[in-house]
Amino acid sequence: MSQSFVLDGKGIPFEDGQTILQAAGNAGVFIPHLCFHPEFKPHGSCKLCTVKVNGRHTASCTMRAMPGMVVESNTEELNGERRALTQMLFVEGNHFCPSCEKSGNCQLQATAYHLGMMSPHFDHFFPNRAVDASHPEFLLDFNRCILCSLCVRASRDVDGKNVFALSGRGIKTHLIVNAKSGRLADTDFSLADKAASVCPVGVILRKRQGFAVPIGERRFDKAPIEASAKEA
Amino acid sequence: MDAPRKLKVATTSLAGCFGCHMSFLDIDERLFTLLEHIEFDRSPLTDIKHVSPGTDIGIIEGGLCNAENVHVLREFRQNCRILIAIGACAVNGGLPAQRNHLPLPVILEEVYHTSPGLANGLIPNDPELPLPLNKVHPIHEVVKIDYFIPGCPPSGDAIWKVLTDLLAGREPELGHGLMHYD
Repeated sequence: MSQSFVLDGKGIPFEDGQTILQAAGNAGVFIPHLCFHPEFKPHGSCKLCTVKVNGRHTASCTMRAMPGMVVESNTEELNGERRALTQMLFVEGNHFCPSCEKSGNCQLQATAYHLGMMSPHFDHFFPNRAVDASHPEFLLDFNRCILCSLCVRASRDVDGKNVFALSGRGIKTHLIVNAKSGRLADTDFSLADKAASVCPVGVILRKRQGFAVPIGERRFDKAPIEASAKEA
Repeated sequence: MDAPRKLKVATTSLAGCFGCHMSFLDIDERLFTLLEHIEFDRSPLTDIKHVSPGTDIGIIEGGLCNAENVHVLREFRQNCRILIAIGACAVNGGLPAQRNHLPLPVILEEVYHTSPGLANGLIPNDPELPLPLNKVHPIHEVVKIDYFIPGCPPSGDAIWKVLTDLLAGREPELGHGLMHYD
C-alpha cells in the first residue's frame, strides 16, 4: 500500500523522498510558490509555499512528506500571509505591469492574481536600479528581481558558467553579474543557457521577442496559475 | 412607498490620463441601468467642482504627483463613505511614478532648460500652479482606501463587476479574466 498524508482534509499519496509541494502537485493540488522549480534543488527562500505541518509553519518545497502528516495550505490565514509576502515583493522592487513585456507570462503577477492581491498595501520603496542592455541578445531589468535565485542555480548547476550571483545581505541583497565590469556582455552568457529561460519574472528578457505573443493570449491569460499544479 | 434613495457617486482623475474614466464609459448601455441606482456628484461627467458631504462612493483615478492632487484626495476622503482606487496609477503610482528614481530638480531642468530645441526656457512658477511632489505616490499611502480596481485601465467589465457587487451589498471580487495589473 502506498503512503499518504493529509492536505486540507484530503489524502495525498507520495513516494519516498518527495516533498509536500511535489506530492501535492502530482495530486493536482496547487501550492503557491516562486523560488521553487521542478528541475532544481529547492531553495526555500521565497516562503510563498509555506504550509502548516501538524500546526507548525514550514516551507513545503523543502519539507519531505511523511506518512500521517496533517498539512494545511489553502486556508484564509496562510493565503493572507502569502498575500502579504507577495505585496512586500511588489513594493520592494519596481513592478509596473503595464510597461513590462513579461506581463501575462509572469509568475509573480499570476500568483498575485491567484491570491486576490488588489493593492500593494505597503508603502513603495521605488528603488533606483539600472538596467543592463549591454548583451546583444538579452536585456536585464533588475527592477523586477525577486531574488528567487533560479538564474543563479541554472547558470551554476546546469550551464556550468556562474554568470549570476546574489550579493549583499538582508534588505540589501541584490542580483549581480559575475564579470569584472558587472555587465552581461562581458560574460559567456548565451541563448542556449538554461539560465536564459528560467526567470519567473521580467528580469532576463530576450531582446526583440517581447510582444511575439500579444497581451491577452499569454500563458496566464488562458488559465490561472493554479491550473498548473501538476508542473510542480 | 418611496423608491430607494439613489447613491451619490463622485469621480476624479488625479495624476492619471482619464483612461480609467474612458474605460468606465465602456460599460456602454449599462450606464442607463447604473443611473437607475446612482447619481453623479463631483465628476468630469458633471463638472461639479467640489464633493458634496454625504457622498456614498468616491472613485479616484491616478496617483499623487502634486499638492493639488493631495488636496483633492483629502476632500474625497472627507466626504465619501467608500473610496475606490481605480487603475494602476492610483494603485501603485503607475506611469507617472516612473520619474521616482530621478531627483525632481533634474527632471525640471531637463524638461524646461536643457532638452534640445529649448531656448531660454523657464521653469513655470506661477502661484496658481500646484507644486510637484518629490515623488509620485499611490493614493493608499496618504488616505485609507476601501476598494481597489487594478488595471491599466481596468476593463469596463471589471468596473461594472465591482460597482454592481457594491450596489448589491456584496464584497467586490474580480476573478480570472477581470483581474489584470496591465
